[in-house]
Amino acid sequence: MDLLTATKELSEAAGVSGFESEVQSLIRTQWEPFVDEFRQDALGNLIAVRRGNTPAGESRRSVMLATHCDEIGLMITGITEGFLRITEVGGIDPRVLPGQEVTVHGRQAVAGIIGLRPPHLMQPAERKKPVPLSELFVDVGLSQEEAESLFDVGDPITLRVEATELRGERLTGKALDNRVSVAAAGYCLSLLKGMNHSWDVYAVATSQEEVGLRGAIVSTYGLMPDLAIAIDVTFGAAPGLPETETFKVDGGPTIGFGPNAHPAMYTMLVDAAKAIEMPYQMEPIPGRSGTDGWALQVSRSGIPTALIGIPLLNMHTPVEVVAIPDVRRTGRLLAEFIRGLDSSSLDAMTFSLPGDEDEETASAGATC
Amino acid sequence: MILKELSEAAGVSGAEKDVRDILAEAIRPHVDTLRVDTMGNLIATRQARIESREKPLRVMVAAHMDEVGFMVTQIEKSGLLKFSSVGGLDPRVLMSKKVLIGSNRVPGVIGGKPIHLMEDSEFDKVPSIDQLTIDIGATSKESAEAVIKVGDYAIFATSFSPLGRSEGENGPRLVKGKAFDDRAGCTVLASLLQADYPVELVGVFTVQEEVGLRGAHVAAYSVDPDVAIVLEGTICNDLPRDKEASPVTRVGCGPAISIADRSFIAHRGLVDLLIETARQEDIPYQFKEPGMGGTDAGIIHITRSGIPSVAVSVPSRYIHGPVSVLSLNDLEHTVALVKAAIKRLDKWPVVGEQGNQEKR
Amino acid sequence: MKEIVQQLTEMYGPSGSESQIRALIAQMIDTYVDETRTDALGNLIAVKRATTTQSAGTLMLAAHMDEIGVVVSYIDEKGFCRFHGVGGVPVQNLIGGRVLFENGTTGVIGEEKFSSGKLPPMEKLYIDVGATSRDDAPVRVGDFAGFYRPFVDQGTRWIAKSMDDRIGCAILIQMLKELEETAYDIYAVFTSQEEVGTRGAVVSAFGIDPDIGIAIDVTATGDTPECRKMDVKLGDGAAIKVKDGGMIAHPGLRRHLVETALAADIPYQLEVLEWGSTDARSIQIARAGIPAGTISIPCRYVHTPSEMVDAGDVRAAVDLLLQVVRKPINLAS
Repeated sequence: MDLLTATKELSEAAGVSGFESEVQSLIRTQWEPFVDEFRQDALGNLIAVRRGNTPAGESRRSVMLATHCDEIGLMITGITEGFLRITEVGGIDPRVLPGQEVTVHGRQAVAGIIGLRPPHLMQPAERKKPVPLSELFVDVGLSQEEAESLFDVGDPITLRVEATELRGERLTGKALDNRVSVAAAGYCLSLLKGMNHSWDVYAVATSQEEVGLRGAIVSTYGLMPDLAIAIDVTFGAAPGLPETETFKVDGGPTIGFGPNAHPAMYTMLVDAAKAIEMPYQMEPIPGRSGTDGWALQVSRSGIPTALIGIPLLNMHTPVEVVAIPDVRRTGRLLAEFIRGLDSSSLDAMTFSLPGDEDEETASAGATC
Repeated sequence: MILKELSEAAGVSGAEKDVRDILAEAIRPHVDTLRVDTMGNLIATRQARIESREKPLRVMVAAHMDEVGFMVTQIEKSGLLKFSSVGGLDPRVLMSKKVLIGSNRVPGVIGGKPIHLMEDSEFDKVPSIDQLTIDIGATSKESAEAVIKVGDYAIFATSFSPLGRSEGENGPRLVKGKAFDDRAGCTVLASLLQADYPVELVGVFTVQEEVGLRGAHVAAYSVDPDVAIVLEGTICNDLPRDKEASPVTRVGCGPAISIADRSFIAHRGLVDLLIETARQEDIPYQFKEPGMGGTDAGIIHITRSGIPSVAVSVPSRYIHGPVSVLSLNDLEHTVALVKAAIKRLDKWPVVGEQGNQEKR
Repeated sequence: MKEIVQQLTEMYGPSGSESQIRALIAQMIDTYVDETRTDALGNLIAVKRATTTQSAGTLMLAAHMDEIGVVVSYIDEKGFCRFHGVGGVPVQNLIGGRVLFENGTTGVIGEEKFSSGKLPPMEKLYIDVGATSRDDAPVRVGDFAGFYRPFVDQGTRWIAKSMDDRIGCAILIQMLKELEETAYDIYAVFTSQEEVGTRGAVVSAFGIDPDIGIAIDVTATGDTPECRKMDVKLGDGAAIKVKDGGMIAHPGLRRHLVETALAADIPYQLEVLEWGSTDARSIQIARAGIPAGTISIPCRYVHTPSEMVDAGDVRAAVDLLLQVVRKPINLAS
């Protein structure tokens, strides 16, 4: 599987939160050779099932990989004189929009431009301030009638960006948050095909993460996995950004540590990374992780959860940048972790109490 | 009373083990079952020991084990540590405090610029947490890494002791210590688990309340109780002020019953039960100012098909800071009130109508 | 229908104190439904079984009974009551306003002196209940009050406090009254505590676990002077929600609602609300997920004591609901 090509395709596919079908069709094609079954649920999550070789007489166990496939974007709120008024879907920084090319997904997919009133006609003070979303329009070059025949209030709009390779095996494009994780999951599935693993894998391209982790909430409830891992992007390090919250691009995936991650899951992932001699970075997360992991952890009676991050620059802009080696490493880490799961893996998740006979559990690497 | 041990133990959200271990030892002789769930909640069951209805009500009583604290996020070349808060901390209480880091409780100080060296303009500003560092005395990254690591949790280094007049005298019997939010609640719950009731009492010592009611979220789902009572150490602002305004709660005036806060509106029938119990048992009580703060009840009451819930708190001054103050009288009255109320629960109608303001 | 709207909007019922409004609604729907019950959070759940030989499934329709209000947080020595808002209460509507408590006490909201040109924070306001001291105050800390205004019929426009969401309740009640055919087992839920976080919807949706959920609530309009731009107008018909601040409607369900309106010639408009949300946001993420959407009533001056709706839009919403339940809903996108 050519990871670079797969990631480019994923970046360019359309899938604004709530309207993920186009990118999900692509994901199906990409994952098909490595999975046994696809399902879709009521909130549009795409669930791929890959069964493991559970030994006879043992209960089936499952691990869920959550990689949200939705991207931030825009939505039509009105059509005035052929121009489209817009609102955001997910957290888009309106400052990146002026001069940005977009695709409007109405009855057809149509190219558009977000223009700006000429600076010549503005007061000097106005030119210094960002234009609020309410004053931006999408110009599709059509009359009111033509626009009304093609579009409706509520139609989604994606940024129109061709994914481009940069030096150093880096890729830039829109929606690398979180298509790179989808690519990593796909790579993991392709590796698992050549491995022996006993646990079942639910690779879920979750929907609507950017608007409130909504897909993750319901898919986890429905699937009831024994373990869960959320793979998302994290802040890449760059000059001027706080060192404590950013991580080296091409330094390996981050493994999250903190209340949102089960300590034993953290340890097992670190061990897996070391076993394949793969660089990784520890990401301290003192509270909300801002990922699907926040929802996975508290589904029903709770699920031991891990958080993996792929360092990314310029998050939520049309020029996100990621290192493809980090995507590859993430896929390998996931595959190695899954391969190592067996009938005793859940024991490591228990928190010991003083006076427990099972001292082995307490020293099984978990700090719990 | 294990309040001292609990107060001095380390239990920042996500790392509650020490607190959990103390509580497990303390309650084990009194409970029928004891387990820890996937998030680390400690769940203890005490079956009904007094005659009741055929299927005793399941009553969940919750207190959270975690406290607000810090996490080390980076070790600088100089050996100084950068850190983040875990849970909500007022940055104004951080300057010049002592902390203890990790399971070995390595001491450190949150230092700052001496005032002699400050510009006038700096006096007006509160340093934000990313401008502060912890100094453990290490002069290089390597020497720091010998004793602590990134990801270690840190607590305020506060010891527990009486405050004001000594014990035994008449008076509110004040004590000072850290983390009364919610080690006070844990102390109350540990006591409650020793009495006999006509209900199945499920005591849940929750984790991660301070970062979003996380432990309660899953515990409520798995315990699936008929009724829930949440115990807290809560906001108390009874300091002198120029303008007459609500103190939220007052130290020395008894357990504070929540009618509503930002996270939930209490079940009116349960509020009425507490009031009636307090009156009949002659226990002092007060109302926490409605609309202030949030507790585990916020997530418990909307779990599954809904769980009638109420919250009772021990007023604690200066919570979410290095040192709080509470009254042991208030704590003991809280135990008495909740114990007596649970005993009456079996005969009290809870499910169905929310209750009526008129009854009060 | 106007009489129903008047009775509902004038009734007391801030979030958490819904017993009076619940009793009124229960009495109004009694003869039109097969059973009713109240759950642990005070939701009123009424069931109307399918009239077809085979039910197409369960359909939850939600309209919230509660209104925004205030709660007394402190009573000073002279009997003046400090308060907090319950739900989203904009300060600018409060000063000089009247509030009504459950026991019938009326209070007036006053303000401390404050520099003009800015809005005072809520801490600088108080309720005057006509007391002279804390002891003779006819209300207590923890008492809830709603706003107090009479219903007015302006012809095509109706004005009242708590149109949000008593108009939704009225629409649901009127629909149950006129209902003759339904392919679905309808769970008409008059929810509690929507204004403080759609809490009633969270638990009722979990308990019912319907196949499909539709909320009926108000939405804002973009048709008043220099207002925030929005494509919804009073009088242009029932609004079919695409997205709001809390959720994106199930696209297949939304499409079905539009097609149903078109086929039955019911005036409708598409709605994107850039803030706020409805019970549907909690229905949608209950359990393993539920296809959910909202039918909205365009409403001017939402969260003021003088909310205004158009009688034609209200009628359109009733008609749309009656049409939707007659046949199985096609959720294909």
